[in-house]
Amino acid sequence: MLERVLTKNWEKTNSHKIETYMAGGGYEALRQVLTGGFTPEQVIEEVKKSNLRGRGGAGFPTGVKWSFVPKDPSKPKYMVVNADESEPGTFKDRYILERDPHMLIEGLIIGSYAIGAKTCFIYVRGEYYHPAQVVEAALAEAYRQGFLGNNLLGSGYSLEVFLIRGAGAYICGEETALLESLEGKKGWPRLKPPFPAVVGLYKCPTVINNVETLANIPHIIRRGGQWYAGLGPPKNGGTRLFALSGHVNRPGVYELPLGITLREMIYDHAGGIRDGKVIKAVIPGGSSAPVLTAAEIDVKMDHESVAAIGSMLGSGAVIIMDETTCMVKALARITKFYAHESCGQCTPCREGTGWMLKILRRILQGEGHADDPDHLLAIQGNIQGMTICPLGDAAALPVQSFVTKFRQEFDYHCVHKRCDIESACAVPA
Amino acid sequence: MPKITIDDKEISVEGGTNIIAAAQRLGIEVPHYCYHPGLSVAGACRMCLVEIEKMPKLQTGCSTLATEGMVIKTIAHSAKAKAAVQGVLELTLINHPLDCPVCDQAGECGLQDYYMKYGLYNSRMRDAKVKKEKKASALGPHVMLDQERCILCSRCVRFTHEITKTNEIGIFNRGDHSYIDVVNGRSLENNYSGNVVDICPVGALTDRDFRFQCRVWYLQESDSICPGCSTGCNIKIHFNVRRRHIAGGRRVQRLKPRFNEAVNQWWMCDEGRYAYPSIDENRITTPSARLAAAHQRMDWRDAIDQMALALREALAAYGPESVGVIASPQLTNEDLYLIKKLFVDVLGIAAVDYRMPPNRSAKNDDFLLRADRNPNTLGAHLIGLSPFGKEISTPRILEAAAGGRLQVLYVFSTDLVAVYGEAPIANMAAHVPLMIYQGTNHNRTSTLAHLVLPAAIYAEKNGTFTNYAGRVQHLKPAFAPLAEAMPDWKILCKLAQALGHDFRYADEEAIFEELANSQPAFAGITYAGIGSHGWPIEKERVLSFVTA
Ligand SMILES: Cc1cc2nc3c(=O)[nH]c(=O)nc-3n(C[C@H](O)[C@H](O)[C@H](O)COP(=O)(O)O)c2cc1C
Ligand code: SF4
Ligand code: SF4
Ligand code: SF4
Repeated sequence: MLERVLTKNWEKTNSHKIETYMAGGGYEALRQVLTGGFTPEQVIEEVKKSNLRGRGGAGFPTGVKWSFVPKDPSKPKYMVVNADESEPGTFKDRYILERDPHMLIEGLIIGSYAIGAKTCFIYVRGEYYHPAQVVEAALAEAYRQGFLGNNLLGSGYSLEVFLIRGAGAYICGEETALLESLEGKKGWPRLKPPFPAVVGLYKCPTVINNVETLANIPHIIRRGGQWYAGLGPPKNGGTRLFALSGHVNRPGVYELPLGITLREMIYDHAGGIRDGKVIKAVIPGGSSAPVLTAAEIDVKMDHESVAAIGSMLGSGAVIIMDETTCMVKALARITKFYAHESCGQCTPCREGTGWMLKILRRILQGEGHADDPDHLLAIQGNIQGMTICPLGDAAALPVQSFVTKFRQEFDYHCVHKRCDIESACAVPA
Repeated sequence: MPKITIDDKEISVEGGTNIIAAAQRLGIEVPHYCYHPGLSVAGACRMCLVEIEKMPKLQTGCSTLATEGMVIKTIAHSAKAKAAVQGVLELTLINHPLDCPVCDQAGECGLQDYYMKYGLYNSRMRDAKVKKEKKASALGPHVMLDQERCILCSRCVRFTHEITKTNEIGIFNRGDHSYIDVVNGRSLENNYSGNVVDICPVGALTDRDFRFQCRVWYLQESDSICPGCSTGCNIKIHFNVRRRHIAGGRRVQRLKPRFNEAVNQWWMCDEGRYAYPSIDENRITTPSARLAAAHQRMDWRDAIDQMALALREALAAYGPESVGVIASPQLTNEDLYLIKKLFVDVLGIAAVDYRMPPNRSAKNDDFLLRADRNPNTLGAHLIGLSPFGKEISTPRILEAAAGGRLQVLYVFSTDLVAVYGEAPIANMAAHVPLMIYQGTNHNRTSTLAHLVLPAAIYAEKNGTFTNYAGRVQHLKPAFAPLAEAMPDWKILCKLAQALGHDFRYADEEAIFEELANSQPAFAGITYAGIGSHGWPIEKERVLSFVTA
């Protein structure tokens, strides 16, 4: 039986209530930290030991990120929770927000304590109205219990938490655009360096962490970094929430250890491909991760293994496509998303995403030219690595991988002016 | 001082210098659109990508600071950077109209320039370009916006945010539908709005008064100093004297700021920028005498003779008290020096001043524009033209004239009517036998004068101004004086000679030499030393003369 860490309360009634959370040992970790003589440095040490890596997409070691915050007390420090969850295919954070918000709240308090923040912002995706309401209610419960506010548990440490709702831009999930948005400005990513750990919100040291990342913290504190690290392969501590979508029989969020293979995930957990069809392709880490072919699904789902075959674990969103999928159409849909969400600040992403979309649409309309696939590859090459923020790469990588790995479909479209897959390709809206 | 290598050349630069600036010092161009040394770094256009040893990705030259031992290759030496920059340029152009012949920016456009240098590919764009809504739409009184030509470099936005702090401009929408516009229907209306035209690298922002007046390749340029206030912004005069059919024969087409770190940096104010029409309009073109109601054109020689005669008679019959001179802080140091030399030192006239009662509505704007709208007030003072110390003697001179105590009143480039009103000055003119007006443009005071002499305007002059901070700055003539106009100093020399005094100078520099040798404030200063960026007289020295 696989150990469930993050999802163990999800099926309980009233799993979002503080009583339910506390009945299962909730806020024990916080008590341990605040009244058990844990120094911030010790918390950071424990998190480093756990090999917890960020669940937002980049997979940066969380303890290391926390240790970058300068100790100098002259400036306030901020903890920011990234609950913007907008990467297509990604829908795991909303379960935490709706079903076990206190796990996040306990995690963010411990994290704030570790970096010396007295203020924390939870930035929630604009469309997540219900999750935001649940979290607001949970915050009120935590305040009532004295887990938030002044002088937590008599420890002398105080923390205020504010929930802020976004306005619907995917780019505001990028950490520096998020900070701009929090400051009331247009969501334009900042140039890095400086990194937010040094110059972040209101030019003060700031840590931005994903919801799932922080939800792991209470477990790490309670059961030890060592234990947590042992749940996954080297350098990949813990379990992960994988959001499976697409042509599987049982799509949904699965908590699985890092290092499990895609094949196991799809066939043992998600019930295999729907209608007995044959698998064609998998996007392993959210829509921006390079696509894998059916031949590559024995890859182990940890950061290094997925990177070794040229893709990424990203946000843990696994999108499964079967043989009925037109890859041109699928790519056009993904590209439409990035063209729509490009903030427009830097030239390659602003101009390139729109251009790639126009070409893909034209191909789908039966007006492709034989050299269009090469143009697509050239354009994405002029975006990749050339932009201010990773959205440029996120838009380029799918184009590169789809066109390269499924080249014959693109060529067929361009030469025959139609799709060679039975399901007709209509132009995406 | 980190030492770095760019394209195999070594250079040491101050810490904090970015790669674009460091390369510039080596004469190496790192192309860029959004970077401007006077604004914050945006890193948005991505044209300044360079290859840096030990860094896997190309880096932007605007946001990357030189650090010890850095080895950089620009597009001239790095195939990778070159391909990337070419790719960025292609992307910058895909949605840009390709109709340079009908764009007024042609000839001074960043897109044209870089395409010719780094582009030269065949377009791969087969699809419809993004449509933008506003074409030739006025953003404010001076600036026109063409959204489809904008490359979204955000320079104009940063300018109004960081320099004027007025925030009229913003970028709206997202992705390739982003566009520039004024915020909430506001108007781009601040006294520095014209600068956005200068910094816009393309034809998106143009000057409403310049666009489609003259193709830029017909323009010649000349360094000058704005005479609009005591800051003395360094400027370039853009003019056309070869094709007189253009713009109704106007010579000056526009003014542009000229970089001077110590004075105006990259900027100038709208009041100064858009004052240039007076260089060609409403000019006094010939000497003239007022006979009854009308002015009658006359010869220079007759005019000088008439003045000399009148002065000689006045001095002989009534002494030096019978002559008043109102000089002007609009004049150059050279002009003012000769006024002092002739009237004060040689002729012994005491009633000489250049000051007018201060205009209380004019204010410093905490940036460039100063309340004192004259370029050379401090110069006039340092030359010694404030005979009664702090007290302004102009009103007393005018009083003496109105009281019939003056035989000759000589007014230089000062519109007395604008300050005192029509009636008092007309009354005064009626009580002086000879009122001379020597100036550049007609005004109500020149109309009242008995003798009117055409003086060269600053754009036609060689000479120096001393700005409020004591910086002596050199203005050079863009072209010859209009019609029969002459520089003030030449007129003064002719008059002096007619009076029997041997005033002979080869040129303005010779006058300045004499000035520097005789006026302690200017000791040691030479034209060569002033150069194109000015010579600051030390603060202590300025103060010692101001308080003396
Ligand atoms: C375009 C873009 C969108 C992103 N959206 C999200 C998001 O919705 N949620 C998130 O946690 N991280 C998102 N990220 C990643 C964040 O920038 C950041 O790396 C993350 O929040 C850090 O948290 P972690 O270290 O806990 O993973 C996004 C990144 C990019 C480039
Ligand atoms: S890469 Fe795209 S989303 Fe990111 S800053 Fe540039 S234009 Fe904006
Ligand atoms: S209008 Fe000109 S200066 Fe402003 S963003 Fe566009 S190109 Fe840049
Ligand atoms: S600030 Fe003064 S000197 Fe500068 S442009 Fe304006 S008027 Fe001319």
